[in-house]
Amino acid sequence: MLLRENRDCSCDLEENNEEEMCMNKNIMQVERRINCQEKEEMLQNIRCYEFAITELGLYLDTHPDDRKALCLHRKYCNELKRLEDMYQKVYGPLTIKYPCNKWRWLEEPWPWEGGEN
Amino acid sequence: MWTYNKILQYPINIKCTDPKLAKVIISQYGGPDGEMGAALRYLSQRFGMPDQKAKAILNDIGTEELAHLEMVGTIVHQLTKNASIEEIEKAGLSAYYTDHGVDVYPQSAAGNAFNATALACKGDAIANLQEDLAAEQKARATYEKLIDLCRDNPDVLDPLRYLRAREVVHFQRFGEALRGVQEKLAEKTIF
Repeated sequence: MLLRENRDCSCDLEENNEEEMCMNKNIMQVERRINCQEKEEMLQNIRCYEFAITELGLYLDTHPDDRKALCLHRKYCNELKRLEDMYQKVYGPLTIKYPCNKWRWLEEPWPWEGGEN
Repeated sequence: MWTYNKILQYPINIKCTDPKLAKVIISQYGGPDGEMGAALRYLSQRFGMPDQKAKAILNDIGTEELAHLEMVGTIVHQLTKNASIEEIEKAGLSAYYTDHGVDVYPQSAAGNAFNATALACKGDAIANLQEDLAAEQKARATYEKLIDLCRDNPDVLDPLRYLRAREVVHFQRFGEALRGVQEKLAEKTIF
């Protein structure tokens, strides 16, 4: 016997639809204006902060009392969060923990799919 | 637990197919000194570490190695994904192609499948960290050999140089963690 799948939910996603659609439309307009190069630049900035945080994290593991490193780590974490929020609003989620009204995780290419060949 | 970030730690965009290079670079995916062995070694050893610094460094370097595994897999994938049968044959990859097509399979450059003996968990914090220091040096040396072999391909050289540099930093941090463990074990225990 086939079970009928229930894919409806009782969350307020539907109610916000109009507002969301309007917002998505605006985002799409913004998206069109921003070219590929700008996207890659944003991604590269995010990568730089990710790297600096990883590197400082390893350093702090063995030098937990270094105030200067701790201060830099905090600064970079805040800046990374700001950049990621900005990026994800336009280009879709970087992690599965970003809330979407439609499953945008499937839309952007995967990181290994670069190259031109 | 882990959360996936949909971004490479360092960008990789390889313009030319070259299965010959993929055949040797795959050693850093699943070979004896590769990233798979490194990630699993550190993430397994961390459970038995006696102090906070050593647990943290094994956890965090082990995590970074997973990002490096993805980078090496990406290099191999981009070098082979559009290879013709002729190119595969010429690169000496007929046997690999027979068993795995152009999937990325963990094996050494010589064709030996990934072996868990690379994990080397000895049940001894000092022995394990000494093993890790050696592992970072062996990985650095492997990257240097790969850099020699890939000298004509800047798209491949660039990420390989980055990965080599990370091995040097990890070696440094493991040395500091080892000194911490030695100090901890030298402390007098009073009952």
